Amino acid sequence: MAKKSSYISNRETAKITRRNRQITRRLEKERKRKNVPESVYKTKMKDNNNVVEFDNVCSYFFTDIGVVKAVDGISFEVPKCSTVGIVGESGCGKSVTSLSLMQLLQRPSGQTVGGEIRLNIDGDGDAINIVKTPTSVMQNIRGNKMSMIFQEPMTSLNPVFRIGEQVNEVIKLHNPEMSKEDIKSRTLEMLELVGIANKEGVYEMFPHELSGGMRQRVMIAIALACRPSLIIADEPTTALDVTIQAQILDLLKGLKEKVNSSIMLITHDLGVVANMADYVVVMYAGRVIEKGTTRDIFSNPCHPYTIGLMKSKPVVGKKVDELYNIPGSVPNPVNMPDYCYFRDRCEYTCDKCRNKEAGFGNYPPEIKISDTHVVSCYRFYDEGQVMGYPNPVNVEDL
Amino acid sequence: MANENTNINTNADTETLSEDVLVVRDLKKYFPTAKNFFGKPLGFVKAVDGVSFTIKRGTTMGLVGESGCGKSTTGRTLLRLQEKTSGEVLFNGIDIFELKKEELRKLRPKIQIVFQDPFSSLSPRIPVGEIIGEAVREHGIVPPEEYDDYITRIMKACGLQEYHKDRYPHEFSGGQRQRICIARALALNPEFIVCDEPVSALDVSIQAQIINLLKELQEQFGLTYLFISHDLSVVEHISDTVGVMYLGNMVEYAETGELYANPLHPYTKALFSAIPIPDPDAQMNRIILEGSIPSPANPPSGCKFHTRCSECMEMCKYCQPEYREITPGHFTACHLFNTPEMNAKFEAESKAAADKEKADEKDKVGR
Ligand SMILES: Nc1ncnc2c1ncn2[C@@H]1O[C@H](COP(=O)(O)OP(=O)(O)O)[C@@H](O)[C@H]1O
Ligand code: SF4
Ligand code: SF4
Ligand SMILES: [Mg+2]
Repeated sequence: MAKKSSYISNRETAKITRRNRQITRRLEKERKRKNVPESVYKTKMKDNNNVVEFDNVCSYFFTDIGVVKAVDGISFEVPKCSTVGIVGESGCGKSVTSLSLMQLLQRPSGQTVGGEIRLNIDGDGDAINIVKTPTSVMQNIRGNKMSMIFQEPMTSLNPVFRIGEQVNEVIKLHNPEMSKEDIKSRTLEMLELVGIANKEGVYEMFPHELSGGMRQRVMIAIALACRPSLIIADEPTTALDVTIQAQILDLLKGLKEKVNSSIMLITHDLGVVANMADYVVVMYAGRVIEKGTTRDIFSNPCHPYTIGLMKSKPVVGKKVDELYNIPGSVPNPVNMPDYCYFRDRCEYTCDKCRNKEAGFGNYPPEIKISDTHVVSCYRFYDEGQVMGYPNPVNVEDL
Repeated sequence: MANENTNINTNADTETLSEDVLVVRDLKKYFPTAKNFFGKPLGFVKAVDGVSFTIKRGTTMGLVGESGCGKSTTGRTLLRLQEKTSGEVLFNGIDIFELKKEELRKLRPKIQIVFQDPFSSLSPRIPVGEIIGEAVREHGIVPPEEYDDYITRIMKACGLQEYHKDRYPHEFSGGQRQRICIARALALNPEFIVCDEPVSALDVSIQAQIINLLKELQEQFGLTYLFISHDLSVVEHISDTVGVMYLGNMVEYAETGELYANPLHPYTKALFSAIPIPDPDAQMNRIILEGSIPSPANPPSGCKFHTRCSECMEMCKYCQPEYREITPGHFTACHLFNTPEMNAKFEAESKAAADKEKADEKDKVGR
């Protein structure tokens, strides 16, 4: 509904804009620096079995109505050869998470201002911290180490080039030494890998000649062309019909085994996650509120938001009289409360959620309730092991 | 199905409040694809190609199928938002396509539609109170002195507050805009509402709010819905009966419980098995359909599903299956459920067609 913040005065807006420009300019300059010593961005993985580790990552948008903390202190990891599903409703920060990892946030207003994103680069535990990696180095990482599949393949395919040329292009970019013939045969091999039966025909076609499902297959072929260790799929099947969605999900599942990559699967569809993922990360208002194995999350959802989300979705074959609906709405992103972001909608609040005198009542910490299951909710404060609090960046210090 | 209902509906012509609010018989809607030099169409997209069903008062019929199968076109045509190609649509026994302009204008408030996209269907420069009230005044739904109270009441019923009247659509979230659209339809005191993907653009938790609202309003005002959606779980939740469409045809229809427990048509089965279930332990016996959905401008011959059907028989390629009642209230169009006599007939027909095809082929090669 109506955002109070949209009624701020012109003078205030001008002030915010000026301040934003100062900050983003400096951050941009830093990112564009040449000859950055490796020591700035080289680091070590915490656990060599992970492909990526997000560690208190903060990505903010500096807008005219204030700083939108789209992702604010999130931590989770993607283990090797596994699929991690990231779920949440629109605007909760799923896409910003993946774009931060690719350094593809809309700049200059969007900036990753804090935390570490460690990407395993050689399997020996040597990592780079994407947050500090300069643009010039990043270009090499994208496509080679990780690549991305979007919801609407038509926007990422160039309408005036044939499919074959577009796949060739990507392979050539990352393997400049390869001969023309080798590139073509590699392209055909990729098209076959993603289940395109008529690969020679499709090689000669233009994107508009293909159906939505076929285009998404081509996008997957492009993403796989350089054998990345991580594929980021952002709502890859949302624009597709159910029977075509089933084909694509089936393909992704099979590919993971064939090419040894991990998948970071971003979706709002709990059904898709349950079928595809090994681990699930649930996001709400820019924070991770619960994470664990798929079994943890679906058989034992613990955060009141996760519980509400599961109850509000009708499930085929399980008839209920009335769907549960989570009361209220997500808090205003430029003016987040200093307590649990879900408290105003929560039906489970306990004393600790409010009791500031006793040292609680702030945003709840991450609490480990089993080896694999972590939840950010005070209800588990006494039974679980407190891991730490999300640590936002103070914009004044930037 | 059309035949069984004929008697009831001849009565309905005289008695306006029959049990069947809506009867659709063999409705077709073709769109011309291109025109030649003289403005004559060269081909047609058969968006709706012979669809029949009946909706009882106070119930919801769900209409499911994948994009381009003709769900929306069915919804829009039966409200006469566009002209039909052929067939009949009876609303309370009155043929909507027989009505004169003025008669249709009078009927309009009774038959309403709510669209998927609450963003583009609300004009940005009109305050919400006016959006909801405009047509109420135009049609004189309530006496002028009751107007204000009436609008407030309708808004309350849809979960909106009185002070929202002076706000503009852009100040509202997606879910609340959909409430505005529903209030606008409801204010005209309709009997029948077509809901075309009303929750598809909304987040799960907001979807639940809107679905619950639609159900409440149905009880309170005795509304009848045609609920169009590609989301089979939402349709199961809200509908009493469900029709499944594929490329312009109704391929199966039954009561919701029966259809979901016992789907007959191979397409329905594949569609159901493709829904991802939010339970990692769910046994998935996925039927993964091959290929994409053919274009409705150039649909396959015979059974339109035969190019993707794993149970396709020879006759399926040449003969269109008959849409008929297999068990009481459960209709489907598939050769697997033919009677022996029908099988004999279709086998002969398909053999003749196949022979002719071979002969033509030879002809071509010979030349
Ligand atoms: N005004 C139109 N002109 C030409 N073709 C149309 C028009 N409206 C719909 N169609 C075609 O009719 C078919 C059915 O469309 P539609 O009813 O919108 O499907 P659905 O709602 O099931 O997605 C589609 O192939 C669509 O392209
Ligand atoms: S911390 Fe308290 S308010 Fe927040 S989700 Fe848990 S119980 Fe609810
Ligand atoms: S008629 Fe034949 S092709 Fe069509 S659905 Fe039935 S078995 Fe399959
Ligand atoms: Mg539609």
